[in-house]
Amino acid sequence: MQQYETVIILTPLLSVETAKEVVAKFSKILTDNGAEIIQEDNWGLRKLAYPIEKKSTGYYHLTEYKAPGELINKLEVELRRDERVMRFLTISLDKHATAYNDKKRSGAFQKKTKTEEAA
Amino acid sequence: MAKDQIQYVTAPKVEDNRKKYCRFKKNGIKYIDYKDANFLLKFINDQGKLLPRRLTGTSLKFQRKVAQAVKRSRHIGLLPYVTDSLK
Repeated sequence: MQQYETVIILTPLLSVETAKEVVAKFSKILTDNGAEIIQEDNWGLRKLAYPIEKKSTGYYHLTEYKAPGELINKLEVELRRDERVMRFLTISLDKHATAYNDKKRSGAFQKKTKTEEAA
Repeated sequence: MAKDQIQYVTAPKVEDNRKKYCRFKKNGIKYIDYKDANFLLKFINDQGKLLPRRLTGTSLKFQRKVAQAVKRSRHIGLLPYVTDSLK
């Protein structure tokens, strides 16, 4: 099972509960089809570097999971269909990326400053 | 007084001869995280454009990874595509 990472940006117009519910809907799609969610990271409302769909802030959510390959297409169709999702990005993780994420999760970068953390 | 009337036709090339090195190979960095915007700020100029290898000194392999990471972070709105005063 390949490891993937998806970043979802939701419109800031919806309240926090509905945002959480949208995110829960997608993680449900993942778990129903045999994916195994490793980590969910919620960045909340963040300012965008440029306006997306005329909005200057977005509700960010990051999901890291192990999934069979063909599930990604199904997930992306759902993401495109839901108009509350402004933008999404799915990345497949190679061994360096997974090692990096594990190190980050185990807090190996706490002592170093944030800028140095890409070690 | 003749000396100070010398005008150079082309700008004198200032020699920046400190040894450039690829910081990824040196620090043993293997993966460049596209979500870490303030680390990627080091590789773009104040217009948001990617810095060339001759200025940053990174090796070709990691310059491609940096370029891909910057383009991904631009896509998800962490870095601007173009701006006038980034830093």
